[in-house]
Amino acid sequence: MWLKSVYAKPVAHLLCLLPCGALLWAAFNGGLGANPVEKLTHETGIWTLRFLLLTLCMTPLRQWSGQAAWIRFRRMLGLYAFFYVSCHFSIWFIADHSLRFGDMIEDIVKRPYITLGFSAFLLLIPLAITSNQAMIRKLGRKWKSLHQLVYVIVLLGVLHFVWLVKADYLEPSIYAIIAMILLAHRLGPIKRLGVKSAPVARN
Amino acid sequence: MIKIKRRWEIPECEVTPEPLYRRRREFMQAAGAIGGALLLNPWAGAEAALAIGDYQHKAISTDEELTEEADATSYNNFYEFGTGKEDPKRNSRRFRTDDWEIRVSGECEKPGTYDLEALIKPLPLEERIYRLRCVEAWSMVIPWLGVPLGSILKSFQPTSKAKYVALKTLHDPVRMPGQQRSVLHWPYREGLTIAEAMHPLAILSVGMYGKTLPNQNGAPVRLVVPWKYGFKSIKSIVGIEFSETLPQTSWNMAGPREYGFYSNVNPEVDHPRWSQKRERRIGEIFKRDTLMFNGYAEEVASLYAGLDLAKNF
Repeated sequence: MWLKSVYAKPVAHLLCLLPCGALLWAAFNGGLGANPVEKLTHETGIWTLRFLLLTLCMTPLRQWSGQAAWIRFRRMLGLYAFFYVSCHFSIWFIADHSLRFGDMIEDIVKRPYITLGFSAFLLLIPLAITSNQAMIRKLGRKWKSLHQLVYVIVLLGVLHFVWLVKADYLEPSIYAIIAMILLAHRLGPIKRLGVKSAPVARN
Repeated sequence: MIKIKRRWEIPECEVTPEPLYRRRREFMQAAGAIGGALLLNPWAGAEAALAIGDYQHKAISTDEELTEEADATSYNNFYEFGTGKEDPKRNSRRFRTDDWEIRVSGECEKPGTYDLEALIKPLPLEERIYRLRCVEAWSMVIPWLGVPLGSILKSFQPTSKAKYVALKTLHDPVRMPGQQRSVLHWPYREGLTIAEAMHPLAILSVGMYGKTLPNQNGAPVRLVVPWKYGFKSIKSIVGIEFSETLPQTSWNMAGPREYGFYSNVNPEVDHPRWSQKRERRIGEIFKRDTLMFNGYAEEVASLYAGLDLAKNF
């Protein structure tokens, strides 16, 4: 099974770094168009959302394929989402706010779509910090509930995208629909639990 | 009667030598480009309804560095050809603008359908270098070629009832594929008060960078009102209507809370979702401060005397 191959992870790393490489290559070859800052901000934001959604795909993939190996890629994808959101935030803070902290805070407080995006970024930080084996062991059962924050983060990210669009909602809608499907998939087991537990409660 | 010349009317020879000196190179390049165009293809571009002849260079307030022509013609908001910035250039390649007509209607003595070339040709073509500030907080400096909007409008003899001018873009989803999706209420509509429309800074442009207006920039004829956000400068105009009542405008219909009728550039009045205090000049990384009326306050502020600009955004 190729998922379990020793090459699977290195190949996955390369694939995850491909968008970053493509952007860097474009940046040094005038390939980012007339407004490179906007392009970089947009692209790193979109890739954050894509990696978050990919992270959420691993559990369904494991269930449908019966291959537990999918879970091996979950942490990596989550960390790449964090990598891209860090780039996204840095570009915005440096180029849009010229590193002026006060201006940035004002923007975060005043603009709802930025409030949402920034909250999603902040919430991802503890998840990135606690993603290693040592923290998983240390936190025990709490680790799982902490990392369920990713559902909230995805919703914030999608709303951040929808809210900044001027008139054409086609692209953010596609992400919203995919996010809804992946989140609804998580609601499934909860409902089933509810049905199961109901008769138990009556007994 | 003594005619007081305004700053955009001063002939080139009277302007401070330094900005003139700096601009001369661009002017010569533009002149060269036209010379070349004329040699190769006199008076008829392959897709152009209007070829650019001789023009006068008007010394305009800005001596800022011009935006790269490649940027100004590849980074466009023209939803008729797609909502992405690079879509208009790609999707307007085969857009034909020959035999372009403009329908003039409403409160005027001379309504009718006019041939664009017949309207523009009698007037001397002027080059005006204006700042363009988009509502999305980016800006450019563009050398437009055109004629004063007021001169054209006067030829239709508006009546005393003409309080507003409503302008309309071509509505043809086959030629403008972006119109196949209802992203905005088509046709694209814009409007000005009659005083704004008659202001000498407002022009109808048929060219830029010394050449015929590219399709993606609003060929064959577009409005340029440099003190307002870019979306007011309506492209590919086919209709001019003089009206007594406030005309509907497309972005106001799409988001009345976000886009007002006036839409004057104003760093003090934010877009509900983002700040208008600063802007990114295309070609630069960091943002610069946005100027009141995009730097044309001296010329246009009197149009809005006594008006609450926060309410009339």
